[in-house]
Amino acid sequence: MISTWINASTDHGPAPAVTAGTGSVRYPVAQELPRFWAAFVLQDFLPTTRPPFRAPCGNESIVDSHMFAFIIKRTAQAMVVMLIISLIGFAIKQSVGDPIREITGISVSAQEREALKEKLGLNDPFPVQWLRFVGKALQGDLGNSFYFKRPALQVILSKAPATLELVFSTSVLVILLSIPIGIYAAVKPTTWLARFFMGASIVGVSIPVFLTAILLIYVFSVGLGWLPSYGRGETVEIFSGWQTGYLTVDGLKHLILPSIALSSIMLPLFIRLIRAEMKEVLETEYIKYARAKGLKSSRILFVHAFKNTLLPVITVGGVQLGTLIAFTILTETVFQWKGMGAMFIESVERADTSLMVAYLVFVGFIFVLVNTLVDLIYGLVNPMVRISGRK
Amino acid sequence: MKRLVVILSIVILAGSGLARAATLRLAMDADPVSLDPHVQLSGGMLQYSHMVYDPLIRWTQDVQFEPRLAEKWERLDPLTVRFHLRKDVRFHSGNPFTAKDVAWTLARLKKSQDFKGLFEPFAEPVIVDDHTIDLKTKKPYGLTLNMCTYIFPMDSQFYSGKDDKGLDKDAIVKTEYSFANEHESGTGPYYVESREPGQKWVLKAFPEYWDKNRGNVDTIILTPISEDATRVAALLAGDVDFIMPVPPQDFDRIENSRGIQLITMPGTRVITFQLNQKRRPEFKDAKVRQAIVYAVNNTGIVDKIMKGRATVAAQNSPPGYVGYVADLSPRFDLEKARQLMKEAGHEQGFVVSMIAPNNRYVNDEKIAEAVASMLSKINIKVELKTMPKAQYWDEFDAQVADIQMIGWHSDTEDSANFFEFLYMCPNKETGYGQYNSGNYCNPKVDELTLASQSETDRAKRATMLQEVERILYADAAFVPLHWQMLSWAGSDKLRNADKIVNVMNFPYFGDLNMD
Repeated sequence: MISTWINASTDHGPAPAVTAGTGSVRYPVAQELPRFWAAFVLQDFLPTTRPPFRAPCGNESIVDSHMFAFIIKRTAQAMVVMLIISLIGFAIKQSVGDPIREITGISVSAQEREALKEKLGLNDPFPVQWLRFVGKALQGDLGNSFYFKRPALQVILSKAPATLELVFSTSVLVILLSIPIGIYAAVKPTTWLARFFMGASIVGVSIPVFLTAILLIYVFSVGLGWLPSYGRGETVEIFSGWQTGYLTVDGLKHLILPSIALSSIMLPLFIRLIRAEMKEVLETEYIKYARAKGLKSSRILFVHAFKNTLLPVITVGGVQLGTLIAFTILTETVFQWKGMGAMFIESVERADTSLMVAYLVFVGFIFVLVNTLVDLIYGLVNPMVRISGRK
Repeated sequence: MKRLVVILSIVILAGSGLARAATLRLAMDADPVSLDPHVQLSGGMLQYSHMVYDPLIRWTQDVQFEPRLAEKWERLDPLTVRFHLRKDVRFHSGNPFTAKDVAWTLARLKKSQDFKGLFEPFAEPVIVDDHTIDLKTKKPYGLTLNMCTYIFPMDSQFYSGKDDKGLDKDAIVKTEYSFANEHESGTGPYYVESREPGQKWVLKAFPEYWDKNRGNVDTIILTPISEDATRVAALLAGDVDFIMPVPPQDFDRIENSRGIQLITMPGTRVITFQLNQKRRPEFKDAKVRQAIVYAVNNTGIVDKIMKGRATVAAQNSPPGYVGYVADLSPRFDLEKARQLMKEAGHEQGFVVSMIAPNNRYVNDEKIAEAVASMLSKINIKVELKTMPKAQYWDEFDAQVADIQMIGWHSDTEDSANFFEFLYMCPNKETGYGQYNSGNYCNPKVDELTLASQSETDRAKRATMLQEVERILYADAAFVPLHWQMLSWAGSDKLRNADKIVNVMNFPYFGDLNMD
């Protein structure tokens, strides 16, 4: 659930509604619904007649002082979003529980506890605590994790490689599988195999990811004994702090099940998206013309048709990357994959509130940063965004 | 014939030689929070302390004292116990272990936020010589030996002075860096080779460990696996050798799995409800409290909800504690309960509020729901609210509900601890009755409990504490449910796993033998 509002709150920011004419459409629906479902529903909303793709042309004459104002405005908006995220994080923190209980034994006296609370500044009123947090955050200090007894940012960064590696292998898996299956299902929609894929994708997307994960563990680790059940296995340090599992056989074995579990969310979505796009493109005049011209069908499919399905796929893919990171929370917890997601859940359970808030702010910052950069680049390459944004 | 014996004994010796040097892959629900044994008084930290440090004396499986760093001890007078320390002990740093380290550790315990309460009765110790120390208490104190199970001597030389950040090495810091949080030098069977908090610990056998009669595990790889289902799956898949705790819903599956042993033991944590007399005048009437106790079918809860994995309780002290009274038995009797309600003039019943945690004790939420429906049989309508433990204790302290659940384990392994925290009259000055949200207050209970503290004669103490249990029983001061069962599970490769565990839940991994 938390993932949902992170996405939603960054969405309220600078995302332009529709940048007409570029072909890279940002669907307005996506801003109202949680992104995952929005993107899933999107297939039905796709316009039947798509404007032809036109390369965005940078017009030198429009790049002027407006551009500067645009950047300032976007940056200011991003900062407002960050402030809101930190406020929400703080509001949640208040209701997660009392960290003092977690770090003291049960028989510690009330006075001792109160003294510790005072020392950690937890007795101050909400606005004071929040302002202190924002002030320190501006200097790059997100507070100290009670449990790890280290700066929260340092803890998060040390857990980031695990999460990034998991997300990367999942993305690779999704790309490698969804493209051929999606194309196949579009070209031969009536074969039993295509029907099987479509049916399986509905099942895949309907099963919650933690259930998929548990099932995988019980089948492949406990039942068959082929793959390890938890953790990252043997890791190698490639440079300071980055422990990679990619360089050992054991590490790669440990990656398989979590990657499959995590991709079970995205794979069905992308298969269906590519299939829908592909089907549509195959109906267009230029494909018919290409066939009439006698081009090889493989060339028609992969060069002429597939290229044109890619744009919306990439757009949705970029958006979904965020969702993927959100779903790592569940996957990592079940597989005890010690990345940022598992760390977040554990910080909530331990009432390690400072780490929890730091995570929310950190992830929020990444989202806002990416979105802001994307918007700035949009603005650079497509002046219409800037003009519409200025009204 | 003689030759045969020789050959056989050589084979056996060689076999036992081969059995040495095993690696234990251990999965716990959480890893110890620090390397500093004084930073927090919790099960996890004590489990850690028994691996890396050694106490002066420790508990055996049948709750008796066993010499460790103290070879023997004798009571000199009501205030003093003399301890004779082992002479062949070294710390992991190489420093020799002496009486000075014990005195230093005791002084540090008295500074620790979590331990200072327990060590309050202790006065300045007297070092007789390098390997003899007199531990003194301010008043005669009956629990000196119990407390010595918490004295894990630390290397005073190693922890003295300033670290490279200019901070005191002996500082006890809960939420930030400190030297002691990240470095250890104990005398225990294992030293910490590497540690990634929340991720992986590697503990190695300390080659100069004094106890040569130890087990054969030379490496412990400790991984915290917080997700219950994953922890069990990891054991079933053979990825780990030993897990603790075992989620009760998986007991049957583990028992039925080949190559895996389930070890359970009646625990000492008693689960109770407190009836708040300050909030509800009805609860001031002992008859109403008794009616509630009679209405609660705790045997049924143990059978149906705990699936037999708990021991029905009618008092606080579990069997083996000095205050345990064998003839106090569970009292479920609905007719009697209705009768008592009638006598108290509450036949029509009333409405009460109840709170319970939902992730603190085994099946806590289900137990609360069951009790709520049992009370409806005597017309007490319960409005139940459950919440995660992180939020629960603030609500508990604020006494937001008429009936509140609490489970208690005695840190001293002694009955008086229950009474001091749960049933003595709440007193902010002295701190007694800190968790007495029932506001039960009986001067006789206070008097006997306080008297037991300074009674050093075990038999006399037992009489006093048993008297208190009887009073609490008769007064229906609380609603007793059960003692939670402790559980561990491991591969059959662990030969004496059932011998190293104990009711305190500090498995002595140093004694473990593996194939």
